[in-house]
Formats: sequence, C-alpha cells, structure tokens
Amino acid sequence: MTDATTGSGTSPRDLTRLTAVRMADGLAAGEFTSVELTQAHLDRIERLNPALNAFLLVDADGALAAARAVDEARTAGEELPRLAGVPVAVKDIACTQGLTTTAGSRMLEHFVPPYDATIVTRLRDARMPILGKTNMDEFAMGSSTEHSAFGPTRNPWDLERIPGGSGGGSSAAVAAFLAPLAIGSDTGGSIRQPAAVTGTVGTKPTYGGVSRYGVIALASSLDQIGPCARTVVDAALLHEVLAGHDPLDSTSIDAPVPPVVAAATGTRDLTGLRVGVVKEISGKGFQPGVLTRFQEALDHLRALGAEIVEVSCPHFVYAMAAYYLILPSEASSNLARYDAMRYGLRVAPDGSPSAEQVMATSRDAGFGDEVKRRIILGTYALSSGYYDAYYGQAQKVRTLIADDFRAAFEQADVLVSPTAPTTAFRIGDKMEDPMAMYLNDIATIPANLAGIPGMSIPSGLADEDGLPAGIQLLAPAMEDQRLYAVGAALEARLAQEQGGPVIDRLPEVPETAPEPGRHTAAGTTQEGTA
Amino acid sequence: MTISTRPVHQEDTVPYDEALSRYEPVMGLEVHVELNTATKMFCGCAATFGAEPNTQTCPVCLGLPGALPVVNATAVESAIRIGLALNCTIAEWCRFARKNYFYPDMPKNFQTSQYDEPIAFDGWIDVEVPANEAGEPPFTFRVEVERAHMEEDTGKSTHVGGSTGRIHGADYSVVDYNRAGIPLIEIVTKPMLGAGDRAPEVAKAYVSTLRDLLRALDVSDVRMEQGSMRCDANVSLMPVGAEVLGTRTETKNVNSLRSVERAIRYEITRHAAILDAGEKIFQETRHWHEDTGITTAGRPKSDADDYRYFPEPDLVPVAPSREDVERLRGTLPENPAERRRRLQAAWGYTDLEMRDVVNAGAVEVIQDTVASGASPAAARKWWTGDLARRANAQGVAVTDLGVTPAHVAELDGLVTGGRLNDSMARQVLEGVVAGEGGPAEVADARGLELVQDDGALQAAVEKVLAANPDVAEKVRGGKVQAAGALIGQVMKEMRGQADAARARELILATLGVDA
Ligand SMILES: [Zn+2]
Repeated sequence: MTDATTGSGTSPRDLTRLTAVRMADGLAAGEFTSVELTQAHLDRIERLNPALNAFLLVDADGALAAARAVDEARTAGEELPRLAGVPVAVKDIACTQGLTTTAGSRMLEHFVPPYDATIVTRLRDARMPILGKTNMDEFAMGSSTEHSAFGPTRNPWDLERIPGGSGGGSSAAVAAFLAPLAIGSDTGGSIRQPAAVTGTVGTKPTYGGVSRYGVIALASSLDQIGPCARTVVDAALLHEVLAGHDPLDSTSIDAPVPPVVAAATGTRDLTGLRVGVVKEISGKGFQPGVLTRFQEALDHLRALGAEIVEVSCPHFVYAMAAYYLILPSEASSNLARYDAMRYGLRVAPDGSPSAEQVMATSRDAGFGDEVKRRIILGTYALSSGYYDAYYGQAQKVRTLIADDFRAAFEQADVLVSPTAPTTAFRIGDKMEDPMAMYLNDIATIPANLAGIPGMSIPSGLADEDGLPAGIQLLAPAMEDQRLYAVGAALEARLAQEQGGPVIDRLPEVPETAPEPGRHTAAGTTQEGTA
Repeated sequence: MTISTRPVHQEDTVPYDEALSRYEPVMGLEVHVELNTATKMFCGCAATFGAEPNTQTCPVCLGLPGALPVVNATAVESAIRIGLALNCTIAEWCRFARKNYFYPDMPKNFQTSQYDEPIAFDGWIDVEVPANEAGEPPFTFRVEVERAHMEEDTGKSTHVGGSTGRIHGADYSVVDYNRAGIPLIEIVTKPMLGAGDRAPEVAKAYVSTLRDLLRALDVSDVRMEQGSMRCDANVSLMPVGAEVLGTRTETKNVNSLRSVERAIRYEITRHAAILDAGEKIFQETRHWHEDTGITTAGRPKSDADDYRYFPEPDLVPVAPSREDVERLRGTLPENPAERRRRLQAAWGYTDLEMRDVVNAGAVEVIQDTVASGASPAAARKWWTGDLARRANAQGVAVTDLGVTPAHVAELDGLVTGGRLNDSMARQVLEGVVAGEGGPAEVADARGLELVQDDGALQAAVEKVLAANPDVAEKVRGGKVQAAGALIGQVMKEMRGQADAARARELILATLGVDA
C-alpha cells in the first residue's frame, strides 16, 4: 500500500496516513477493518488532541459501534456505500442526537440535541463512524478558533500558530491525521481559510447545495456546509455524501448534485479552460510567500493547458463592509433564541428575577466578546432609521458583487486567488485587533455573498516561514464540479513539481503544546494590511 | 416585557352621546385568525387545540439550535382564499420577515411574520349593521382592508400566583408551546371613519361578518372564546370637523363580539374625558376587562417600537402563480351576506327571525334540515328554540349537541303526522340529545305517542266536565276561552298523550258549542 499512502517515513500499518479513497478501498478489499481504522484514529486523537485541542468531544464508543456494524455488514456481504467504515469528524456546529453540541460556546456547553442535523443523518446513512466534534470559534465567529470558549485549537504545522477559523478544529484534525475527513461550515471562509493555513483541502459548496437543517446558524443567507479533506478526490467523495435536496431546508436546491467525484477523478488536461485571476483579491496586502506560490500555481495551470486571464470585480472592495453588516444582522436574530428559557446556560441573578433579567444575565455570561460585539453590531444595523443605510445598502452591494461574478464568469470558467492573505499567524496576535482578524477572509467572503462555490487547495509552503499557503478556486453556482476538475489537476501537478503533496511535509506533531506565553509578533507575519 | 407600574383605577369618562357630540371616532381593527390546518405554519406538528401542554412540539417550533422553517402550503392557500374573499389583491411575490423581540413564549425570540410584503392587500368588505335598540335603522358600511398577512402564533403563557393573571405580580409563569407556530392570518383594516355614534356597532358587525366569512371559507374554527379568533381594537377621537387623526390606543384581545362593541364604546367615552380636560391621549395598549366593562393601561406603545424587521433568510419568497390564485378563487363560497339574503327570502323569515338564526349559528343546519324535508318554520323553531337553549346551557355550539338536521326533520314529520305533540316532541328531543337514538326510536322506547282513540279522550272530557260544572257552564254560555282550563285538565288526565286540539274539539262538541 505504499503507493497510495500520503505519509512518508511512517510504518505501513499506520492507517491514519492513508487517503480516504485508499481507506475505502482497503476496507472493501478486506485489508483492514473499520474497527482497526477507527481505533487507529482514536489512538492518535488520544495522543495528540491534548496538544492540538482539535476535538471538543471524542465519541469512541459511538464510533467503534458504527465501525463494528459496518464490519459485520461487510462480512455478511451487504452492499455498502463507498465511504462506509471511513471515520469522519464533525464540526461542533452540527447537531448530533445524544452528543453534546456546543458551537464553541459556553452558552451551549451542556446542550445535548434531541435530533441529528440532516448532514449527520447523511453521514450515518453513509455508514461513516463519527469520531467526535471539532473545535471552532464561538458560533463560527472568527478566523483563528481562538474565540472558542474551550480554548484555541493549535495548528499541527506549528503549535504556536492558529489553524484558521472558524473551522480550525476540523482542518487541524484532518491535517494532523486525527481524521481523514471532516465537516466544516463556511460563512465567510471558515472552511477555505483553515484549509489554506493547515495545508489541506476544503470546499464551500454552492449555497443551497448542502442542507443547513440542524446546523447551528450564524448567518442564514451565508452559511454553507462542506467537506474538509487532505486530497481533492477525498473532498469530492464527502461532498457527494453531504449534498442533495433536503425538504427540511427551504433554501436547499432541488436539483441534481453536481458530479464532483467524476470531475475529481477525470482528465488532468485543462486545455481550453479559461482561468480568471481576480485582480482585486490577488495582490495588494498579501504575504509575498503566499503570492509566490500563487503565481507558480498559475504557471502550472498554464502548463496544464489553461489560459490565464485577468478579471476585475470592482465591487469587491465593498464586500468586507457588506459582509460585516449582513452577518451580524442575521446573527443577532439567529442568536436571540439563546435566552436560558428552554435550554442552554442559565444564570439567574439573586432575588426573584424576572424572565427578562434571567435572559440578560445568562446571555452576558454565556456569550464571549466577539459574539457580543457582532450581536450589538447587528442589532444596531437592523434598527429602524438605520436599516436602509446599513442592512439595505449591504444587500445592494451583495447584488453588485453577484453581478461582478456574473461578468467575470463570462470571461473565465473558474476564478482563482490566494485563499488567505497570509500563512497561519501566531496565537494571540490578532485578538486585540478585530479588523486585522476580519481581513483574513477578504478573498473568501465574496463567494458567500454571491452564493457561489469555492475551494481551497494547498499551493505549497511559503518561503519565509515554511507554512502552508492555499489557492482558492471559484465557480458559478451549481458548477461545483469545475472546482474539483481544476483542483484535482492542479493538485496532481503541484505534487509532481514539489516532490509530493504538501501534507507530506508536515513535521512530527509534538504531544505537548508549548506553554502559553508571551511572544513577539514582530517579523513573524506581514498579514492584514489589505 | 416592559411592565406598567402605573396604578389600575377606573378612569374618568363622559356619557357616550355627549362624547359623540364633540368627537368623531376613528377605529382600526386587527383580527388574528388561527387557521385550521392539520399542521403548524413552519413544521409538521399537529395544530389541534387542547392537547396536553408541550406535546405538540418539535425542534422547529421549539426554536432549537439549527432548526429551520418550511412554509405550510395549505396555510398559504388559506391566506390567499381569505384575501380573495376580502376583495384583496394577491401579491405576486412576497416574503416573510422576522419580527425581533424577546419574550419567553416566543421560542426563537423572533416571530416569523410578514412585514412590508403581505400576501394580500387593498381589499374591502361590506358590513351590514343591524337596527339597534335605540331604533336607529340598519345600514351597510364598507370596511377597507389594508392587508391580510401570514404569521405564526406564539406559545401561551400562564402566569401563576398574584391576583391578576398577568405577568406582573405573578410568582412564576409556565409556557405551553403547543400553540407556538400555529398558522395565523392577521387582517388589518384601514382607519374606519364616518360611522359616528354607530362606530362600536360597525366594529361588532365587521368582526361578526368576518367570522361568518371565515367559517364559510372553512379556514378556521373562528372560536373567539378559544382564542382562534382574536381582536385588537384601535380607537382614536378627533374633534368633529377636524382633519388630523388623534392619538390612538390599542385595546388587546377583545374576545367576544359583544366585548368588541363595549370596549370601543368605553374607549370613546374615556378618550373624550381626557380630551375634554385638555390633556393628551397616551399612546399605549389597553387591557379590556369583561367583568367591569373598562380598560386599563398596558404597555406604553409608540411608533418607535423597534422590531428590527428584516426578510427571513431561512425561507424562500412565496410567489403564487396567477393560475393558482384563479383556481383558489374558484373555491370561494358564496358571500355569507348574499347567501343570507337569498335564504331569508326562500324561507320567508322576518329580519328579526333571520337575525336569531344567524346569531345562533344555525344557518347551515336549518338549510340541511329543510333539505331533509322539514318546513323552514319548524326548522327555525327547533334550532333557535329548544336546541339553542340546550346548547347554551351546556356551553356548546348548537351543532355539537349530537342532534342532526335529519333528526329534526324526522321529529317535525312525527309532529305534523300527528304522532307527537309539541311537549312530547321536546321529550323525544331530550332522548336524542341523551344519545338514546333517533326520534322515532326514542318515541317508541319512551312510549310517547298521541292517543288517537277518541273513546278514551271522550271519557276524559266527560270526567273533567263533571268535575268542573261551573267552568262548563261558562263555556256553554259563550266564554269559549274558558275551555283552556278544561283542556289542561283533560291533557293531565291523558298524561299528556293526547292531541290538545282534538281535546278542545271534543270539549266544545260535548257542550254543544260551535268551535
Ligand atoms: Zn413543531
């Protein structure tokens, strides 16, 4: 099995180093069992999670029970789905029946959902053992996972650095071989940016392509669920498990799922493909090492037969402002339900408080600063007298951005940019500067505003810090397969040219995290100046 | 959740007629109607009334993390039918919005409602206001309908402890979320002007007409006492001749037709007293007290109430096709007022009789009873008389007594066929209500049948005449009306099982008097 492993210098029986495809094939061929595979991951989680804090909850019993059932079914000769027996990690934003679901918040520290999110049902139907729930910024608000109420997740490439956010837990777990696949949610880049800074693959499908039912809402019109993986084809397999119409989500698209697996396993020849470089999100303010890898990727695309064109999306300069009006507005309303009346944290002041007082003290105690900041922002933006100037105006920008994309896709079949302006920054560096934190998502936000699909794949390691950088691919709505076709071709070419996949250069992950201490930010990054 | 701490007291009022001499009342009515769909507005939970608290709930209507709404298509159809029946324009495209405010009976702390894009708008309905006790004549008033929009109901709070049943002063509150998410249609009128002193009557007639219409559409139970139809009444006064509307108050949850009229009448007299004193009306919600007939101050309300409405991002727009709208228009029943006029003419009822029938909610059953063969007069007599009294005593609708139109028609046949007299028929009806079977069955089982044998009746007549020679003499002398006392005694002798008319004939014949 050496040909299909992505690890180097590992023992042949280190099952966690396999790709999901290779795991599925190995299970189907009887080379190992799902229990062995699942146990291998549980062992690695046990060893490394204390340092990484990628998982908030590990459901060893549940995962092994599911694995055992798959093994028995396979022995009995049952027809099984392709990923049956391949374990998966779920971002703690998706409700899992009987398993605590916190959304990274103190507010839901002890919340045990009585129901499964549709995507969780689909994972169970695909017979994939669920290893546990991964860490995230509280209610998915953040780009570093530092806003989790349960401590930051650390980047397996450098434990002093952030793994991106909000889905840092899922991407760190996948990067560190704690899970072959994971679920993420992407409101402004929460799948793609963590993928970029952890050297992994992440896709935000077309809005409406994957059901949001049972996924704790941040901003309903922006949120989308998607796969985190180490290879493009692995991501495609998980994408097809997740995608498809769900009558429980009114915004879910009732149309055939884009053929992403076929695209990811199809031709590597990109002859005739027009690749558009979006001028506005591909230069100014980006880290030189990130840009260098991006330019090389363009050369590789050219070598594969693609034609590179520059496109302009003039309204992208307003994307950040619009995003930070729409998101907080919707979030302020979505998060209103956390009022201590029916579930969640309840903190009652002394005496015989009114319901209103219990709500206020509970929300004060249960929400972190970033959540409060955005609730206040959104409440303000929706207030009468301000609505037109803020929310209304932001919606107009949104339309203009969609128009920009429409025009750009007349010139190009896919668009590209660096995924994030920088490689992973140090934990603590941007906590005091929300604006600098927000700028991490400058390249990813437009896709959410327009509802189009986007993907990040590793472009290599930045020269100045040796940390992973990502390239973002964007396609028109319901053309998700284009991302996979281009992503798979580029991924193969990069591996060939760079001497193997980026993830193979992951250093040994230490079993203990460095003491949280002071460090100097100077000279370590050049992020956030766009 | 803001709680008024101002004292509750009887406020000054001026006599109604005096108030009307100086001010023109302006009303606006907001009627909430719970639809009778099988399931809730945005989830699959049953929407039936009266289940054990919190048994008809799910992640969606409990507002659990991650849950999403899906619009009930039947509720949308009902809303469109209501809009069409109110002569509204049906939106080609409209959205739901979130109305954000915190209250424990609202699981998401926002109500999914419609804001500036209602499903139906710009309609009207003609309301027939009956003659009143003061002898003022009936008239027709056109109520302009501003909008009818869809929304979801909230849970139902019960405040335990304290004296008022209100949240203020309660020891604790419990919430039943069975009601959370029940589909509601809110029907809002434009300001109603020009009704003068008849304004409260117009309001009552409007709500009554609306109730009939919704019942005919079969979209709601429209039970005001159960809260499936609730009315908020806005009232303001403007000095006679003025052009600018005055400050309004909104009296919430006025839950009977009679209360609608009384509450508005009261508010007119209260407003007038405040304006007479040169003071300003305080814009607020008011609570109506059925027992004392007054309103008391509730929550201050101002146009600055900020619900931070925005389009509901979890739902897609509702865009009924014109074909669907026309199809639904084809399902509209006959306008109840027109239908009433048609039936009244066919049945030959007087206005007063027809009003009793309508008030008893007996139009449909009478129609069915007549169709089953009874005379319109008999049908009316039973349904608005004996049966209405029984229904009243039991606190149920006349249609819920277990007596069918076929029963009443059968009973009428037994009476006109001479088998039963009225008092026996009433006994038979009692048996039918008690579930003893159909009228003929009950009559058989209870041995109720007029004695057809003149021999027994003649014997009873002679016995009674012999016992009352002085009365017999009076009748013989021409005082025929005195025979009444004798008939009563004969009926008593016969233990009621005789035809009183035949008894009278025999008495007069025996005494040699012409009938
Ligand atoms: Zn429900």
